[in-house]
Amino acid sequence: MALQTKSADSALQQHSRDELLALHRTMLLNRRFEEKVGEMYTRSKIGGFLHLNIGEEGAFVGAIRALQPGDYVFSTYREHGHAITQGVEPRRVMAELFGRVDGTSKGRGGSMHLFDAQKRFMGGYAIVAGSIALAVGVSLACVYRGTDEIVMSLFGDGATNNGTFHESMNLAKVWNLPVVFVCVNNQYGMGTAVDRASAVSEMYRKAAGYDIPAERVDGMDVIATLDAARKAADFVRQEKTPYFLEALTYRYRGHSMADPQNYRTKEEIEEWRHRDAIESFRKRLRDAALASEQDFAEHEAEVERVVQEAVDFADASREPDPATELLDNAYVGDIPVSWR
Amino acid sequence: MAAITYRDALNQALREEMQRDESVFLMGEDIGVWGGSFVVTQGLYKEFGERRVRDTPISEDGFVGAGIGAALAGLRPVVEIMTINFSLLATDQIVNSAAKMRYMFGGNAKVPIVIRMPGGGGHQLGAQHSQSLEVWYANIPGLIVVAPAVPADAKGLLKAAIRDDNPVIFIENEGLYTTKGDVPEEEYLTPLGKADVKRVGRDVSIVTHSRMVLLALQAADELAKEGIEAEVVDLRSLRPLDVATISASVHKTNHAVVLEEGWGSYGITAEVAATIYEVAFDYLDAPLVRISGVEVPMPYNLKMEKACIPNLEQVVTGAKKTLGKAA
Repeated sequence: MALQTKSADSALQQHSRDELLALHRTMLLNRRFEEKVGEMYTRSKIGGFLHLNIGEEGAFVGAIRALQPGDYVFSTYREHGHAITQGVEPRRVMAELFGRVDGTSKGRGGSMHLFDAQKRFMGGYAIVAGSIALAVGVSLACVYRGTDEIVMSLFGDGATNNGTFHESMNLAKVWNLPVVFVCVNNQYGMGTAVDRASAVSEMYRKAAGYDIPAERVDGMDVIATLDAARKAADFVRQEKTPYFLEALTYRYRGHSMADPQNYRTKEEIEEWRHRDAIESFRKRLRDAALASEQDFAEHEAEVERVVQEAVDFADASREPDPATELLDNAYVGDIPVSWR
Repeated sequence: MAAITYRDALNQALREEMQRDESVFLMGEDIGVWGGSFVVTQGLYKEFGERRVRDTPISEDGFVGAGIGAALAGLRPVVEIMTINFSLLATDQIVNSAAKMRYMFGGNAKVPIVIRMPGGGGHQLGAQHSQSLEVWYANIPGLIVVAPAVPADAKGLLKAAIRDDNPVIFIENEGLYTTKGDVPEEEYLTPLGKADVKRVGRDVSIVTHSRMVLLALQAADELAKEGIEAEVVDLRSLRPLDVATISASVHKTNHAVVLEEGWGSYGITAEVAATIYEVAFDYLDAPLVRISGVEVPMPYNLKMEKACIPNLEQVVTGAKKTLGKAA
């Protein structure tokens, strides 16, 4: 983790003001979007499971913004912000959460199954570690076609205890595939703390078993995460071989909306809130005289408008019709789902 | 027409499709340098190189998932799983990824993958290497499941499966690779989802798939000696099931035997029997007869193993039983 001093925030100075403001805006958009999503859930606009990523913005915004156009992102079931950061329209995300036809998956996927191939957001998946193997497959396709594109596979700390994670890491290395593995380590697999579930509590050390270069970064520091992810992406693109990045972070809300919160203390949550990625970033921008309260207020207003528009759009979109649309897209072509 | 083996028919299909379409490539355990456990991919590594014939680690969940990812990105992988028994390690990727992605993502994704795997027993390979688990996959919406019995269908169905935009589970049988049959010399495709009447008869329909088709044909020969004309319906596709062909046959013969190598409980014969009762109950002159593998883990001992797999006598007797001619 980079040391920072108030007088010379050299990490910050290496980025353009536009880029810094864009990072702030994206983190803020994701924060406010998720807050609104939580509200919509309590108002029963959204059903099923809902996994908010409030608190993790520094980690996933820093990671995904290191990618270039054409690069692919694979995600998990805590993926609303991953999709939005990769360029998926917030209103189409919200419409999906509402189960409407203008959602990214036409209301058939829901919170855990966003998808937008045009933006190369290759999906949210709800089997822990399952999407890592798929990401390896897309990176294989990149090599097969001889393109310069790379793949970023985001997953949680819990996924690293799963066989699919290990098989995928091995394949990526033995075949030298351009994939950046990003472990968003929020320190709990549902309610089980990392050190109660994993023999190795630093996730990045697991990459050593596959000879994959790896590092851990402070995921509450969006600049440190962006810089590390950019280094990782450049390495992967040039060397055509995988890299493993662990971003240490924290989710403030429960695993899902149904969470007893009996596995961690209020003090621990407060401690991490104190290191909030957005607040700490604002302080650095102010201290470096790169942004003012007025900039932040403008971002708040802009983000609020986008989020409200997303809700209005989702509300206006119709629900799919079970009488006429239930069997749509079961197969490509005219394969019957059943003779009955 | 030339008589070739089932294995060579598959090999021809792979070669022709790889020559035709650059996006077709193969992955699997020891399919390259070695030439495949059952020698289906022999010569292809030499002809196409390691880019298009990719040996994988023994890592079914990983490489099947990677194949599905490559298909999602627009390639047409043909993944070989050495046997259907090992496919259980990849069921999460097959069932939760490949089968779901198109529908779950609102029609915005497609997964044009073929996953080949042989099942079946009869080679004293013991309980963990002798299963017929095709029903596991036939149960899953989003998958197409085919199980050819003869070389011509093996070739035509594999070529059709490779060109199809859906995930196809392609079930082979270890006992079929060296069997021979006529295969057309010109280009052809066998349609997915269509059964085939392998022998026409008027007295009883024997409905089955994969290796058991050969047993059914043998039984039909035996029955013919006693003046009983059996019709053999080869399902070829398990999902979707060609109910029209099954129904037409039973409407004609008014008697049915359903036969499978695997376990019958909740099995292919269970589905086919229920289908016949739904669409042809009024045409049946007698209860149908179900014949399937004995429901124990496959024993190693040769006599014990043979006792587990449906045999000629059972099929002949079963046909006579439904015809009211039991010995």
